[in-house]
Amino acid sequence: MAETAELKEREQKLQGMGTSLLRKEDARFIRGQGTYIDDIKMPGMLFGAIVRSPYAHARIKGIDKAKALACPGVVAVLTAADLKPVKLDWMPTVGGDVQAVLAGEKVHFQYQEVAMVLATDRAAAYDGAALVEVDYEELPAIVDPKKALLKDAPVLREDIVDKKDLTHGPRTHPNHIFTWEAGNKAAADAAFKGAEVTVREEILNPRVHPCPLETCGCVASFNKATGYLTLYVTTQIPHLFRTVLAMLSGIPESKIRVVGGDIGGGFGNKVPIYPGYVVATVASIVTGVPVKWIESRIDNISTTGFARDYHCVGELAADRDGRIKGLRFTALADHGAFNSHVSATKLPAGLFSICTGSYAIPNTYCRVDAVFTNKAPGGVAYRCSLRVTEAIYLIERMMDVLAQKVGVDKAEIRRRNFVKAEQFPYTTGFGWTLDSGNYHAALDKVLKAVDYEGLRREQAAKRADPKSPTLMGIGISTFTEIVGAGPTKVCDILGVGLFDSCEIRVHPTGGVIARLGTMTQGQGHSTTYAQIIATELGLPASDIVVEEGDTDKAPYGAGTWGSRSTPVSGAATAVAARKIKDKAKKIAAHLLEVAEGDLEWEIDRFKVKGNPSQFKTMKELCLVSHTGNLPAGMEQGLNAVAYYDPPNLTFPFGAYLCVLDIDKFTGEAKVRRFYALDDCGTRINPMIIDGQIHGGLTEAFAVAMGQQIPFDENGNHLGNSLMDYFLPTAVETPAWETDHTVTPCPHHPLGAKGVAESPHVGGIPCFSNAVIDAFSHLGVTHMDMPHSAYRVWQKCNALGLNKR
Amino acid sequence: MAKTHKVSFKLNGKPVEAAVEARELLIYTLRERLGHTGPHIGCETTHCGACTVDLDGMSVKSCTVLTVQCEGADMTTIEGMEQGGTLHALQQAFHEEHGLQCGYCTPGMITRAYRLLKENPNPSEQDIRKGIAGNLCRCTGYQNIVKAVQSAAKKLAAAR
Repeated sequence: MAETAELKEREQKLQGMGTSLLRKEDARFIRGQGTYIDDIKMPGMLFGAIVRSPYAHARIKGIDKAKALACPGVVAVLTAADLKPVKLDWMPTVGGDVQAVLAGEKVHFQYQEVAMVLATDRAAAYDGAALVEVDYEELPAIVDPKKALLKDAPVLREDIVDKKDLTHGPRTHPNHIFTWEAGNKAAADAAFKGAEVTVREEILNPRVHPCPLETCGCVASFNKATGYLTLYVTTQIPHLFRTVLAMLSGIPESKIRVVGGDIGGGFGNKVPIYPGYVVATVASIVTGVPVKWIESRIDNISTTGFARDYHCVGELAADRDGRIKGLRFTALADHGAFNSHVSATKLPAGLFSICTGSYAIPNTYCRVDAVFTNKAPGGVAYRCSLRVTEAIYLIERMMDVLAQKVGVDKAEIRRRNFVKAEQFPYTTGFGWTLDSGNYHAALDKVLKAVDYEGLRREQAAKRADPKSPTLMGIGISTFTEIVGAGPTKVCDILGVGLFDSCEIRVHPTGGVIARLGTMTQGQGHSTTYAQIIATELGLPASDIVVEEGDTDKAPYGAGTWGSRSTPVSGAATAVAARKIKDKAKKIAAHLLEVAEGDLEWEIDRFKVKGNPSQFKTMKELCLVSHTGNLPAGMEQGLNAVAYYDPPNLTFPFGAYLCVLDIDKFTGEAKVRRFYALDDCGTRINPMIIDGQIHGGLTEAFAVAMGQQIPFDENGNHLGNSLMDYFLPTAVETPAWETDHTVTPCPHHPLGAKGVAESPHVGGIPCFSNAVIDAFSHLGVTHMDMPHSAYRVWQKCNALGLNKR
Repeated sequence: MAKTHKVSFKLNGKPVEAAVEARELLIYTLRERLGHTGPHIGCETTHCGACTVDLDGMSVKSCTVLTVQCEGADMTTIEGMEQGGTLHALQQAFHEEHGLQCGYCTPGMITRAYRLLKENPNPSEQDIRKGIAGNLCRCTGYQNIVKAVQSAAKKLAAAR
């Protein structure tokens, strides 16, 4: 008994894997002592304010800087003409296209960057920006992607009109970017031809925006004497940013330092390299002093990487019992004015082909046609796991559509089509090998927890009662995610593989510092990576310091997005720690004068098998490793670095259920209950996982129930500030119930899969399915998001439900 | 040179003064002249609440106050919450309940909760949610923030 209590005590001291360790990063944030980009002040620093186009599509006839330059405090005004001599008026994108840094001959979207005014303080910079005079000649704009490929459509990208291929295959029209397809169209078509039942639905994923609370910005500081560039910037990808900056600027990569400090939320918004960063960098090079650029909220919503804008058609072929025999999913993708979003060279539509979801579906085909429009560039962002939100939205909606067509319960139809537990690892029709899962168990656990049968009975009773003032909806989402980009054979950005890293140094007195190639924006990396190392090395997490974000110090990595940190750098952390542990074991054997095979590891020490009083703790070994008392030929120190190229992506999954009640007279939906079961394999810190689930579900709620970026037919923004863009407050946000199962990842050293994007991917279709389910007894098969009260009211009104 | 006005007020218990143009917003004075970068900027339309300070006994969005309006004011920001090396019950509770992730909304959120609990020392969950409706958060989904405020309310009540 005493032995177990002692073991428990030693384990608790570590605060390692599986504990809800309180966060180390909190100390500065609760005191208001974080260092976010706008907190940085450097001597002689200038402020840059951007002049933006009021038109969505126009020629620039001339720019007059005179009045701006005469404004007190204004030091310079940069335009495309100033960037041209250093070949930075345009920059290559990671999507194989080019993007204007400052518009030269044309503007392609409203709010596009046209000039930057540099001044001695913020107010003077904005005063100057208001005085820059730009002469525009307005052109007809394309706002509806369906009009982009019409024969007589205006040509948007005159600069690449002769380019027949933007690295993703032949272009069929000046406004066409690429067509990407996967699967077997012939087999799918045959399956549809012979099917007992087919369903087809047009499904929109509206344009939305991640809108983190902190906007984007940078402080660029070029040292003329040393030729060294330091860029403090809101970035989720410090090393990739540095590499791209070297390619763009011609400054050797060894003389560039990118620093991601404290970041106020990323959600994919802080992955792209924005024109503002490039102009600020050039401005610093030209003036020789630091230049700060911080965008406004309106700038952020209007110009930085938006998300979605996928106009889809979903088709399923099935037998009359709802067993799916074929799948055809196509999407018209509105990428805005430039093809700039993150996309691995071989995956221009991201991971859209995960659209078979949690189901064993034969005869599958999908296609994405991407086009240019006169809107801001982007598409991949907002906790989407690279188009997985679009893909899973489609399949989860179509499962409900099929269920309604064949008259099968929406939970049952999922059970009938799930990949079975014994089928893992399971390779989908599109070639993804789902690593592990137990979908039936997850769904059953949720249905039992909420008394699903009881809810359906209640719904039936409410439907039978004409006096019921509300419509009750039950939404189910059983999703499979695909995260952890990724294996270098499939995943690269501009040729650089998406591996990641961890470098660990152990100090003589037992402390540790670990540096990684990922980049936290609030996910708690200082805590969770420390927990991994604590368990692996038997040293307390409280004594393990974690650093990310400074490219001068951290080993190379691809940053944090698409829930990749735990799958890739978490694995690298375990691998590096195990290298250290192996070396420590050799030292222990040497000290104890036994063979390595005679030792066993127990929590924080190596013990001699059968002779437990003979042991060496890791803490002791830390000191010894810095002495001469080592096995012959062994170098001093307990340090290691690991670069991890994952063998596969990881596939967390979940089962969510939402109950809501819609007021027939106002269209307002009140979420009564939201039950979220997630399986992310091995769980490092349950408290942090729950926090991520809460946050991702709240963003899902926002997308499903109110977010959109609307335009008029001239490309004018109709709702690009927080006056209109729906960010839920604590009042609307539902309470979340979380649950979990654990199906470890077989190919990850810790069995962990990553989790933070799951709630967003799984949550959006859950809310949507609940709203539509509320109307399904009236023959409604689909309603597009957002399900704002007004839009839902329009449905109630059309169906005559609001008549007394 | 544009005309400036000398403004003096008390900030976290200490007298401060600044010379500002009439159009200068309090948030910029705090962050850029007085070195208090705790309050943050998240929007320009008064919605997000990241800039929340406590001004003459009220929660106020400092992005919507002109510094010249603050002559003689008694102002508290997140920097003034910790007293004599001891964290305020709210700061401790936000840590213990995991009521923050990126930390950007946190200064405004804690400053707002501070006044909320002074006005309503025993709030219901609904009172708390309504009370912080002027402070947006994108990371936490508010659930743990509510728990943090509830926990702090209990601790403050017990201490009285």
